[in-house]
Amino acid sequence: MRREWKISFRLMMVLLFTPALSTAQPDPDDWDSVLEEAGGQTVYWNAWGGEPRMNDHIAWAARELESRFDVEVVHVKLSDTAEAVSRVLAEKAAGRDRNGAVDLIWINGENFAAMKREDLLFGPWAESLPNFPLTDPDNNPAVREDFTVPVEGYQAPWGKSQVIFYHDAARLPEPPRSMPALLEWVSANPGRFTYPRGDHFLGTTFLKQALLELRGQDELFYGPIDEETDVVGATRPLWAFLDQLHPHLWRQGRVFPGGGSQLRRMMGDGEIDLALSFNINEATTGLLNYELPPSVDSYVMDEGTIGNVHFLAIPYNASHKAGAMVLANFLLSPEAQLRKQDPEGAGGNTVLSMDRLNPADRDRFRDLLPGPATLAPDELGAPVPEPHPDWTLALERLWLERYGVQ
Amino acid sequence: MKPLSAWVHISPWLVLVVLAGPVLAGLAGIVLPAFGWLPALGGDTPGFHAWRQLSEQPGLFRMVIISLVSGLLTTAVSLAIVSLFVAGWSGTRAFRAVERCLSPLLSVPHAAAALALMFLIAPSGLLARWVSPWLSGWQQPPDLLIVNDVWGFSMMAGLVVKEVPFLFLVTLAALRQCHAGDRMRLARSLGYAPMAGWFRAVFPALYPLIRLPVYAVIAYASAAVDVGLILGPTSPPPLSVAVLGWLNDPRLDMRFMASAGALLQVLVTVGALSVWWLGERLVTGISAGWLVSGGRRCADRWWSGAGLVGVMLTVLLAASGLLGLLIWSFAGFWSFPANWPGQWTMTTWERAVLLLGDPLRNAALVGVVATLLSVLLVLGWLENGARSPLRATRLPQRALYLPLIVPAVAFLFGLVMLQALLGIQPGLASVVLGHLVFVLPYVYLSLSESYRRMDPRWIQLARTLGASPDRAFFRVRLPMLMAPCLTAAAVGFAVSIGQYLPTVLLGAGRVTTVTTEAVALASGGDRRIVAAFALTQAVLPAVGYALALGLPALLMRRTRRIRP
Repeated sequence: MRREWKISFRLMMVLLFTPALSTAQPDPDDWDSVLEEAGGQTVYWNAWGGEPRMNDHIAWAARELESRFDVEVVHVKLSDTAEAVSRVLAEKAAGRDRNGAVDLIWINGENFAAMKREDLLFGPWAESLPNFPLTDPDNNPAVREDFTVPVEGYQAPWGKSQVIFYHDAARLPEPPRSMPALLEWVSANPGRFTYPRGDHFLGTTFLKQALLELRGQDELFYGPIDEETDVVGATRPLWAFLDQLHPHLWRQGRVFPGGGSQLRRMMGDGEIDLALSFNINEATTGLLNYELPPSVDSYVMDEGTIGNVHFLAIPYNASHKAGAMVLANFLLSPEAQLRKQDPEGAGGNTVLSMDRLNPADRDRFRDLLPGPATLAPDELGAPVPEPHPDWTLALERLWLERYGVQ
Repeated sequence: MKPLSAWVHISPWLVLVVLAGPVLAGLAGIVLPAFGWLPALGGDTPGFHAWRQLSEQPGLFRMVIISLVSGLLTTAVSLAIVSLFVAGWSGTRAFRAVERCLSPLLSVPHAAAALALMFLIAPSGLLARWVSPWLSGWQQPPDLLIVNDVWGFSMMAGLVVKEVPFLFLVTLAALRQCHAGDRMRLARSLGYAPMAGWFRAVFPALYPLIRLPVYAVIAYASAAVDVGLILGPTSPPPLSVAVLGWLNDPRLDMRFMASAGALLQVLVTVGALSVWWLGERLVTGISAGWLVSGGRRCADRWWSGAGLVGVMLTVLLAASGLLGLLIWSFAGFWSFPANWPGQWTMTTWERAVLLLGDPLRNAALVGVVATLLSVLLVLGWLENGARSPLRATRLPQRALYLPLIVPAVAFLFGLVMLQALLGIQPGLASVVLGHLVFVLPYVYLSLSESYRRMDPRWIQLARTLGASPDRAFFRVRLPMLMAPCLTAAAVGFAVSIGQYLPTVLLGAGRVTTVTTEAVALASGGDRRIVAAFALTQAVLPAVGYALALGLPALLMRRTRRIRP
């Protein structure tokens, strides 16, 4: 969408008539040559497009990159990151090992694990980015491990997320703070809560959140699933919980919302009283957009909520790797991270380490006003780490088997 | 002046290629994979496995039924509303008022109309807010499945809102052609009441003239994708929406099943058309006696009342829906069941302006180029017909309805596969060509009547004064037909703006227009920003019409000044 027709035409001509162009691999350690090569490139950034504020942020980054580095950025909006993974996979199957259609992907978790396993990623490059040391990786292992899978420089950190629940304090002053309390409250107030479909990432996240609370953070969930693993047995408490919960959900659990933005709309319309989000800033964003009432507030479960880091990865056959690296480095700059963390902007916590910033930048982060409905870091508590990606896929599959066709 | 002659010579053939080429090539592009043959993806053993896989899709039977019913019911209701209203109210002041309201509605793209309706009738929609809580007692949105209802009735309602204006305007043109006024006068003089007379004396002559447009409505309603995505059922969706989902599935082996699904969509549309055709025979047979039974009245007041209610409902639904979009785009927080937003704000539009740049530019660019090409082709073709009326220029005319009747999701899908096979990069060029297929028929339908009606003696006069055919075209024909040409261009532009499927498919999601963005945003998300996009989409064609009306006045003034 951030694209001009002239550019697309130019690109088309380039792809049609000079297929050998831009096939040389840029060297991430020689940043000046990366910058030079990036000039004039068009980066197709495949990023989930379901959150307008994030789209605004991406649009801003695109404008800045154009004016500062002469790099055109096109936001290819995905409804599911798996689309980009499958596209690269299909290109590999078709033997298209260069000039791929995807240059940069907003990614983490099972999608990263799959791409890394299938050798679909370019790299390692991320630790060579000039801004990477600002994340203080030695004291901040979260930027080197994604859902227990080692990153090894194949993707650059971009931001931190954590699950929050939000409620309208005017309608629901005392929200449930544990899964059993949730079940009790929903049984007493049928139709006032729901979660997204189990094959949507936020829905799967709710399943993981419930599982980790009901079963505890069992070591089993932090390793891969093999033939010996008793998946059904390990997840049995979750299904028992959901079987009890579903009859009391919105529309009696016959229909599930398609995603987080729909949940937010339903909160705004008063169709439900409680919702969840993977964006700690969700309630504030909704408030600023006039989508949620002024009485909205956020909270986390007593035993904590799942948190993770999201990253940027470059496919092995990307056409514009240099441009993609310049973009990733820019997004990791204090300026872009500050703008992203601003509740008026996209919201979400930075991956930069305050200790590594210069005093002026540190002050800017410190002076950032918290959103009126956003939790402070100490209120958020330590995030519960994500289980191994195999469990995400297993929960998704089992949910669809049990509740997919109504 | 030679290039014009050459253009006139080849344009009928070009039109034929533009219209029939993509449709036939696209159909070929799905038929072969549907039976397992697509070597590029490793399909080299013909067989029925794609069909077997398709038949195992949950809810397939319901998908087919929904599409079939939608095609027939939408058309029947729309045609009934239009003919009852025309029969009962022709020549009255109400008729002229409705005429003025329905014409602009025609230019509102399907997606915008569907979004407007969604905002209106949803459980938390405008209607529920307006009647709550004083009338309904609802403090919270009712737990009802109104939009995306299982059997697609809200989708059909959305289609009716758009098809009534279309059929109405087609009928208006046809009424003149079949001398409806004379027929009515005769019937009235024989003592028939208006309704009884109209259905006996006018309708039998009128229907054959609007038959192809009616078929186009059936085809569209049985295969609509954008309206289906916004208002249609979700589990399972209408067949066309499901086919689009399979087609977009990145797993390459899904292409075979998606091809079979697209072919099934063709069969469903053909099925709907066949059922309608049988219905036509049936009505003809049954009504033969009734036509000459001599009954002078048939509950006139009831039927004409029903027609008026139907038309008014259409206009009201569309108008209040559009009004709803306007309100939402300026709304601050708007809690249910408040009748109006508690706050008003400009922030939505401030954000929209930043996001609208590229989609707006792409939409305008594709629309202008596709329209320009269409007008050039249609002019060449019509001029060819005018110069050599006996020559076989009729062939393209048969192809005219091809893109309007073959389900777009089917042949566009085939084109996408061909595009991939030939290694053509998806982008603006292919999107423009895709739009051309749909824009050209409407430009032709809009321009051909004026072209034929122009007195041939003007050209003959110019020729006797020594002008070459080309000079006569440029100096006499074109200036005289400037206004109809511009109107045709405005129609073409409106059609292009409304195109969702060709843009999404041929542009591989990389070419975003106002329409694709509006449909994409509709699935969830912020009503305010969706409203801003839908409104922008609805306003664009109106800008085209305003230009079409304004330009001639401007040009005429200059002409007058030069040659007083």
